[in-house]
Amino acid sequence: MIVFDNVTKRYKSNVALENVSIKINKGDFVFLVGPSGAGKSTFIKLILKEIQADKGTVTVRDINVTKLRPRGVPKLRRNIGIVFQDFRLLPKKTVYENVAFAMEIIHQPRKLIKKNVPQVLTMMGIADKADKYPDELSAGEQQRVAIARAIVNKPRILIADEPTGNLDPNTAWEIMQLLNEINQRGTTIVMVTHAKDIVDKMGKRVIAIENGHIVRDEFGMYGYQEALAAGNESMFGTRPVNKVHTVRRIFRRGGGRK
Amino acid sequence: MRVLFYTLKQSFIQFGRNLNMSIISIFAITCMMLILSLFFIMALNINVAAETVKGEYDSIELFLLDDTTKKEAKAMIDDMKQQDGVSDAYYKSKKQALAEFKERWGDNGYLLDSLKDNPLPNSVVIMIGDLEKADALAKHAESYEGVEDIKYYKSTVDKLLKATHFMQIAAMIIMVFLIIVSIIVVSNTIKLTVFNRADEISIMKYVGATNWFIRGPFLVEGIIIGVLSAAIALLITGVVYQKIVELIGDQVYSMLSMPMVETEYLLSTYGWIFGALGVAIGCLGSLVSLRRFLDV
Ligand SMILES: Nc1ncnc2c1ncn2[C@@H]1O[C@H](COP(=O)(O)OP(=O)(O)O)[C@@H](O)[C@H]1O
Ligand SMILES: [Mg+2]
Repeated sequence: MIVFDNVTKRYKSNVALENVSIKINKGDFVFLVGPSGAGKSTFIKLILKEIQADKGTVTVRDINVTKLRPRGVPKLRRNIGIVFQDFRLLPKKTVYENVAFAMEIIHQPRKLIKKNVPQVLTMMGIADKADKYPDELSAGEQQRVAIARAIVNKPRILIADEPTGNLDPNTAWEIMQLLNEINQRGTTIVMVTHAKDIVDKMGKRVIAIENGHIVRDEFGMYGYQEALAAGNESMFGTRPVNKVHTVRRIFRRGGGRK
Repeated sequence: MRVLFYTLKQSFIQFGRNLNMSIISIFAITCMMLILSLFFIMALNINVAAETVKGEYDSIELFLLDDTTKKEAKAMIDDMKQQDGVSDAYYKSKKQALAEFKERWGDNGYLLDSLKDNPLPNSVVIMIGDLEKADALAKHAESYEGVEDIKYYKSTVDKLLKATHFMQIAAMIIMVFLIIVSIIVVSNTIKLTVFNRADEISIMKYVGATNWFIRGPFLVEGIIIGVLSAAIALLITGVVYQKIVELIGDQVYSMLSMPMVETEYLLSTYGWIFGALGVAIGCLGSLVSLRRFLDV
């Protein structure tokens, strides 16, 4: 579904991702973890072709994103829903209008809009909030609206950049249930997060990025058991360089999984 | 169809939300277009003057001394008719000349009635068939005995054409300047709208709206500004010019013996240039700001 093949992205001299190879399969639920500045957002931006890779190939649903012409980008993005930490709802539109907006701007027929919007609002448990404005909602409800907007066009892929970052643990967990449900229905989900407890509890595939490299890719927990065992409280703390290399040697899979 | 409707609606909303800035830019662009108008008016009038004179370009008028006899004149006519490039030559009496003059002065013609003597000379008019030969023929005619003066339009026409040319170049330079400044003005206005809608547009981009769909309302907003400026400039030009023609048109006519260009003609000639300028300025202005501030 999403394949990175030896991808490198630099910002001027600053390397954001280096020789990253990874494959995310159809129906996967993937957590993307790592300290800030690791390259997570860069990874996501490459999928969306917000930025262009300097080297390597990014493929999304058999579309070579790296070679995709600018005019092909809208079509690519129509297959990808996206949710942000800060919700990014339009304050002057109601809940219904915010969600309908995503359909209107890609010229969906009015009939379909009238059918799909209430459907996703119900699925997100906010059908009764349809006529409210974003500032009348709680943070959790706002994020539900944002998710509704992201999935209303039925994308195959949903990308969530720290969707629970602004939410309290209970609300965050409710949102995770919704994402899980969306994933159960067949949508591939890539979620960036710092929430260790959530990752641990979900038990999904975890891709750890650090300094522009994938340092771990396995199912299960947020942190490195080995690293923790070796006495590191946090995998993301400043550590001696040699330990970083140790960790990499342990977890890095040459060329990534394909 | 729905896209068009959305685009138009959105652009008017944007225009309205940004009304102050829109009005200021319309004012600025209108002012610049008015400067351009001034040059257009001069260029067009001089051009039409040149054309009018050009109509008489194909004739040379020999003004005869008072003591030149009709017979001598006849000899000149016969001789001229022999020359290469002359299509016709005829005699024009001072009486005929005065009548023509009077006709030209129109309403002011009565002023001539007070003249005791006809001050105009008799003349021989030579029609030239081949303009290439005009210079040589004028020279030849000058050599006749009994010719006091010779009226020959080539030099006048050349001067007028030069002036027209100059005006056209000046208008071009001003137009380029106007376009650049106006584009900057429009792009700064649109920039505000772009910032106002940045969130919305960022979402549109994520959801997969096409760039042209995103640009549409901004383009139309720019076009509204450009076209409104052009329309206002054109209206002011028309009204002011009409007043000028009413005020001094007759004087110009009697002094230069040629009419000023009619207002309708002026507007129909330059209306489309202003329209095109308005649209172009609007489009380019918004595209510039979209590229710079939105990357679409
Ligand atoms: N637009 C940019 N210009 C320059 N450097 C950038 C830009 N965006 C990100 N970076 C750098 O690239 C690296 C990876 O950034 P990012 O992908 O945003 O990390 P994360 O999302 O994991 O916090 C960081 O060192 C960051 O400073
Ligand atoms: Mg980030």
